[in-house]
Amino acid sequence: MAGPREVTLRVWRGDAAGGELRDYQVPVEEGEVVLDALHRLQATQANDLAIRWNCKAGKCGSCSAEVNGRPRLTCMTRLNLFGPGEPVTVTPLRAFPVIRDLVTDVSFNYEVAKRVPAFRPGPREADGTYRMHQQDVDRVQEFHKCIECFLCQDVCHVIRDHEENKQRFAGPRLFIRYAELEMHPLDTGDRREPVRAQAGVGMCNITKCCTEVCPEGIRITDNAIIPLKERVVDARYDPIARFIGWAGGRRRRDRGPAAP
Amino acid sequence: MPEYETHEFDVVVVGAGGAGLRAAIEASAQGARTALVCKSLLGKAHTVMAEGGIAAALGNVYPEDDWRVHFRDTMRGGKLMNSWRMAQVHAQDAPDRVLELEEWGALFDRTPDGRILQRDFGGHRYARLAHVGDRTGLEMIRTLQHRAVSLGMDVFMECTVTRLLTDAAGRVAGAFAYWRESGRFVVFRAGAVILATGGIGKAWKVTSNSWEYTGDGHALALWAGADLVDMEFVQFHPTGMVWPPSVRGILVTEGVRGDGGVLRNAEGRRFMFDYVPEMFRAETADSEEEADRWYTDKKGARRTPDLLPRDEVARAINSEIKEGRGSPHGGVFLDIATRRDAEYIKRRLPSMYHQFKQLADVDITAEPMEVGPTCHYVMGGVKVDPDSQAATIPGLFAAGEAAGGMHGANRLGGNSLSDLLVFGQRAGRYAARHAAGLEGRPAVDPGQVDAAAAEALAPFERDSGENPFTIHHELQECMQDLVGIIRTEAELESALERIAVLRDRAARVGVGGNRQYNPGWHTALDLRSLLTVSEAVALAALERTESRGAHTRDDHPRPDPELAKVRMVVHPADGELKIAREPLAELPEDLRPLFEEGS
Repeated sequence: MAGPREVTLRVWRGDAAGGELRDYQVPVEEGEVVLDALHRLQATQANDLAIRWNCKAGKCGSCSAEVNGRPRLTCMTRLNLFGPGEPVTVTPLRAFPVIRDLVTDVSFNYEVAKRVPAFRPGPREADGTYRMHQQDVDRVQEFHKCIECFLCQDVCHVIRDHEENKQRFAGPRLFIRYAELEMHPLDTGDRREPVRAQAGVGMCNITKCCTEVCPEGIRITDNAIIPLKERVVDARYDPIARFIGWAGGRRRRDRGPAAP
Repeated sequence: MPEYETHEFDVVVVGAGGAGLRAAIEASAQGARTALVCKSLLGKAHTVMAEGGIAAALGNVYPEDDWRVHFRDTMRGGKLMNSWRMAQVHAQDAPDRVLELEEWGALFDRTPDGRILQRDFGGHRYARLAHVGDRTGLEMIRTLQHRAVSLGMDVFMECTVTRLLTDAAGRVAGAFAYWRESGRFVVFRAGAVILATGGIGKAWKVTSNSWEYTGDGHALALWAGADLVDMEFVQFHPTGMVWPPSVRGILVTEGVRGDGGVLRNAEGRRFMFDYVPEMFRAETADSEEEADRWYTDKKGARRTPDLLPRDEVARAINSEIKEGRGSPHGGVFLDIATRRDAEYIKRRLPSMYHQFKQLADVDITAEPMEVGPTCHYVMGGVKVDPDSQAATIPGLFAAGEAAGGMHGANRLGGNSLSDLLVFGQRAGRYAARHAAGLEGRPAVDPGQVDAAAAEALAPFERDSGENPFTIHHELQECMQDLVGIIRTEAELESALERIAVLRDRAARVGVGGNRQYNPGWHTALDLRSLLTVSEAVALAALERTESRGAHTRDDHPRPDPELAKVRMVVHPADGELKIAREPLAELPEDLRPLFEEGS
C-alpha cells in the first residue's frame, strides 16, 4: 500500500482581469480525488482559493473544472489517474466567464433554462392517478439523471470559444431538457419551434463531445439531440438532420400520442 | 446607515432544497411576492443527495397501507417522542404532495399496472417509498426547481444569510445577507421569513452532509430569539462508506437493504438477529429463512432485522466494531453481491454501483461493501406550531430538517423527503397568510443592519488571526469524539468546555484576500452557526440523562419513563443558551388504539 505522497497541483489563480497558473506541493493520501487535494491546499496554504463544491459524491455537479485540459467533476477524479510526479493542472471551465480562481459565472445556463416552455400534463385518470409504463418512463429517466454539472456546455464547440453564439444556442444541457419534455409520456406541449428558433438545435453538428464528458453517461447526442433534430426537420430544413433522417431510413418520426 | 442593496418581499425563503423550494412555490401560488435565497447554485442543495425515496401511504403495492399505519410507524420509529400532530399531518398530506410532484413532471419508477412503485425501507411496515432508482432526491429537486422557475420567482443564488432582522417588537422584519460572488451585502425586508436551511452535519468529522450543512437556520433562529427543540437527537446513519479515507461518511442508501442486502460481521454472521429490541420483536423475523422469505411474502413472514430503524442498526454496528468483529477498515460488511444478480443490482442501485466502483475500486455486484455509521440528520430544530410551522417569534417559520418535532427521537428513512414537501408547503401557505395579514411591514432597525455588516467584515481586520479551516477541523474532532453516537456526562461537559475555547478562538479568526468569492471568509462566518448548534446539541444531550432513540448515554443506558414525557427546549436568554424541559403533547384519545395492538 502506497503511503502518503505529494502531488504538484498547478492551479489557475485569478479573476476576470486575468490570472496565471501557480504550482503548489500538496500532500495526498491513498484513494483521494482532485477535490481532496484542492481542499487541503485551501485549508493549509491558500485560504482564499475559490472552488465551488457541495456534495463531494458526484451527485450535485458543482465542482466542475478542467483537469489537464479535460472537463471533469473534481470530486470524482481520482489522483491515481495521473502518474507519480506528473503535475495535475486544474483550470476553470473555459466556456464561462471567470469569477475567481476555479469558480465561473454559469448564469447563462439558468437564463436559457427560463425560456423552456413549462411541462404541461394531460388530465389524470378517473381514479386521480397517472398511469405510465416503465418502458415509457425509462427513456426519459435517462435525461433526468442530468446533474447540471455543465461539462457538456463547457466542451460544446458551438459556445466554447464563441461567446456570440450564446444568444441563439442553448447547448446540450438544454437539449436534454427539451428532449425530456418532448418525450415525457404525460406532456401535451409541442416545443419543436422553440427548440429550433430559441435553442438553436440546428447549430449542433453532432461531434458527440458532450456525450463523451457526461459523468452520468447520458447519451446526449444519440438519444436527445438527434431525435430533436428529427422532430424539427419535418417543418424546417437542417442539412445534418436531413442526412440522418435519410440515412436512418424509416426511423420513426411521428410524435405519437401523448400517453398510451 | 450606508447604502445597501435592498429588496422588499412578502416572504423570504432561506434555503432552496426540497423544503425551501416547496415553500417558495406555495407562497408564490398564494400570491405573495416571494424570494428564494440560497447559499449554492439552484438545484445543488443537499436534497439532491437523497437516494432511497419519499414515504407516502399511497397504497399502490400494499392496499392495506393508509395514513394511520404510516403515522404509527413514524411515531414508533421516533420512540413516541414526536410531535404527534406533526406526524399525523405528515402522514395525511404526504400522498397528495407526491402526486403533485408527478403533475409537475417527476417520473417515479412504476408498478406493472403503471402506478407509482413503492419500495421497502427500515421501520415502514409496508413498501411505501416512491422512488426513482437510487436518485430520488435529484428527481425531486429538479422537478421543484423547474416548477419554481416556471412560476418566475426571484432567486438569489450563492447568497448567504448571516442574520435575521427584527423590529422593536421582536417581530421578524427581514434578513441580512452577502453575495458569495462579490462579497457585497444585501438587505431583505420581508413580512415573513421561512428557514429551510437543512441540517448541522458539518459539525462532525464523519458525515454524509454537504458543506452547506452548517446549522445556519438553527443558529439564525436562536440569535433572533426563537427556541429549538430535540437537539440531542442526531441521527447517525448506519451505512456510510468507510474506505478510502477520502470518502469516509458518504452515504450508502438504505435501499441496498430494502432491495435484499444484508449486514455481516467479520465472521460472516448476520449479526442484526442479535440486536432486536423488545419493541420490535413481535414484527421482526427470528431466522434468516423467515427474513429472506419476507422480501416476497409480507403477510406470511416478518421483516428482516437488517431493516430495523436506523438508531438500532447504527448502535448494533458500533457494538460489533467495538467488540472486534468489524471489517478491515473499521466498518462491517454490507453484502448484496451474494444475494441478488448483477443485473438487478445495477438497475436498482446504479448510483451505489458507480460510487463504489469509481471511488473505492469495489464492484458491489461481486464483493461486499464496507460500511459504518455516519452523521446524517438532526431530528431537532426550530420549535414550530405543528399545523402552520410558525416559530416562537412572530413572522418566523421553519420547514424541513431545520424544523424540529416531526421525527421525535429518530427519523425513519424516506420520511425526510416527505417531510420537506408536506411542511414546506404548509410553511409557504401560512407565511404568505401571515405577511398578507400584516398592517404595514415591520420596520428594519438600521442599527441591526450596521451591526450585521460590522460582524461580517470583522475577520478582514485580523489578517494574521487564526485559520478558520483549522478551527472548523478541531470542532469536528470535538463533536466526533465527545458528542457522537455514544455519550457520557464527562465527555459532554468536556465538549462544552472545548466549544467555549473554540468560540474564543473563532472570535480571533482572520482572513486574507478580498471579499470576492473567498472561502476562507465564508468559513469564518459559518463557524458562528456551527459553534452555536454544537453547543445546543451538547447542552440538550447533557440534560437528557437516559438512552432513547438516537440519543445513547453510556452512563444512563436505560430509558427513563419520566423523561419520556418531556422534550428539551433550547432557549436563548441574555446572550446564552438555556435548557428547559417542556411537557410533550399527549396523544389524543382517538389515536391511542394504534399503539395498543400488542405489536
